[in-house]
Amino acid sequence: MMILDDKLGRHGDAFYAELMDLHEGLTPDQSHALNARLVLILANEIADPARLTALMQAARPTAATKG
Amino acid sequence: MAYDYAPFPYVAPPGLTAPEARHKVVIVGAGPIGLAMAIDLAQQGVPSVVLDDNNVVSVGSRAICWAKRTLEIFDRLGVGERMLDKGVTWKVGRQFHGKDEVYSFDLLPEPGHKYPAFINLQQYYVEQYLVERAQALGDLIDLRFLNKVTDHRDHGDHVSLQIATPDGDYTLETDWYIACEGAGSPTRQRMGLPFEGQTFEEHFLIVDVEMEQSPFGDHDTPERWFWFAPPFHKGQSALLHKQPDNIYRIDLQLGPETDPKTEATEEKVIPRIRAIVGDTPFRLDWMSVYKFRCAKLDRFVHGRVLFVGDSAHVVSPFGARGGNGGIQDVDNLGWKLARVIHGRSPAALLETYNQERTHGSAENILNSSRATNFMTPKSAIESVFRDQVLALATDHPFARKLINSGRLSQPCTLRGMALQTAAPDAPIQPGDPLIDAPLLDAGRPAWLIAKAQGQFTLLRVGHDPIPDIPGFARIGIGHSGDYPCFEDPQGLAAERYGTDHLYLLRPDGHVCAAFRHTDAAAIATAYARATTGPRNDDP
Repeated sequence: MMILDDKLGRHGDAFYAELMDLHEGLTPDQSHALNARLVLILANEIADPARLTALMQAARPTAATKG
Repeated sequence: MAYDYAPFPYVAPPGLTAPEARHKVVIVGAGPIGLAMAIDLAQQGVPSVVLDDNNVVSVGSRAICWAKRTLEIFDRLGVGERMLDKGVTWKVGRQFHGKDEVYSFDLLPEPGHKYPAFINLQQYYVEQYLVERAQALGDLIDLRFLNKVTDHRDHGDHVSLQIATPDGDYTLETDWYIACEGAGSPTRQRMGLPFEGQTFEEHFLIVDVEMEQSPFGDHDTPERWFWFAPPFHKGQSALLHKQPDNIYRIDLQLGPETDPKTEATEEKVIPRIRAIVGDTPFRLDWMSVYKFRCAKLDRFVHGRVLFVGDSAHVVSPFGARGGNGGIQDVDNLGWKLARVIHGRSPAALLETYNQERTHGSAENILNSSRATNFMTPKSAIESVFRDQVLALATDHPFARKLINSGRLSQPCTLRGMALQTAAPDAPIQPGDPLIDAPLLDAGRPAWLIAKAQGQFTLLRVGHDPIPDIPGFARIGIGHSGDYPCFEDPQGLAAERYGTDHLYLLRPDGHVCAAFRHTDAAAIATAYARATTGPRNDDP
């Protein structure tokens, strides 16, 4: 499995706070839809198909076993 | 053994029988901040009267985590070593999810510093040591217990106060009034100043227990342990710290729907502690249930009334940024107010206290709010993100960095602010606090922070001497001269400061300028900038 090192550095907390603010006031369905849009947008930014495959696999076991 | 809360003596103040001459400074509040303020001013020759409506130290341990920078300031105030000797030193924080450790951080991974990343020391000891230090400064600090300020008025050129004592009421006048009364600041309320920010709905239980056997188990080095969803406190969070005298601080999240009165009872608390420590014998020392908020005043300077510490700003406790932020306020204000009172700087210099410390407190509030938001998700989606960060953290370093149980107090940087002169190449940037290093003083071990704080100082590491420029103390490291010079036995001072810059340090130990070439005119310009108020062309 691919191990994902930290790339956000000192911006991590600010990013996380901004992400929470993005969801502020949304219903669960709206948040769900927002997350889907965000995944698609970020995927387009990553672009590299091999990288996307690896990242999707990194997300999946955690979601399956602990979600 | 429980702390002995011996009351401080009340003495009938002279103002009860005859009007007192106008004082230079009145400090309202004899907690850690007010006491440190009085000591700092006294060390610079400024007398003060300290008024407090109470006559004992803090009841309960309250603020316990004192950061490295605070200890360096306490060192300058003459109490740092005593606190270090009594305190429990720690530097590692461990974070758990359930029973499993997911991430640890080391707040001071390198050696060569007089003070550690943190000590834990109960607020009552901190106050006791500060009171004893204040008493040792004799006539310069007039400590008045059971003196309650009931009203004050700013007359433009002075402030008048109404004070109630057990023997009746009296009046004082002062040039400067410093509010160090804590979060509930009556001064702030009398003035009707907005104190706005974020209130958190979550209740937390703080318990101090005394026990011989450590709840850290076999782990004999004291650390900060934080749990998300611990096995002993389902679905909530928990924090564990060691204090002196075998007292352990346990902090448990209780959720928003909680009755603080019923939770702060032995019958509710003891089972919660038993869930953590099992059958190990313990004694309950102190407990408190609280909610908190992050809020600040827009301005800390209002005419002749100055706000310091929690009177000016409050934060949630995760990050230890309350007491530590307040001591940095003191450090910042002390030398400026002393210069203004001695007539060496215009009163406008105090505006830079407002600028620098509203900046510092905004940083503290930002960090404390983010930590509290992470720990107490306020919607279903926030819980999902928090839980998935924790889940990803098992395998992925990036997610461990996002876990936020408190970003612990770091000294605030004042880079780019009005008093500093830019020096882009300097290893320590103007606006940053000085960095400690081990030295040798005529063969005996010494520390840089103990030599270089308290006055405007020129400091240089390396072979080049420091020219004699009137008005500055000089500290030479790695060379000799007709001023205090020290050896750099491990080369750490050279590594941290470089050898090609001459530094100008403020009395609060912040670099305010650095020079590649010794140029008396440039130094004079930087000093003038550091000792006057903001200029018109400043943003």
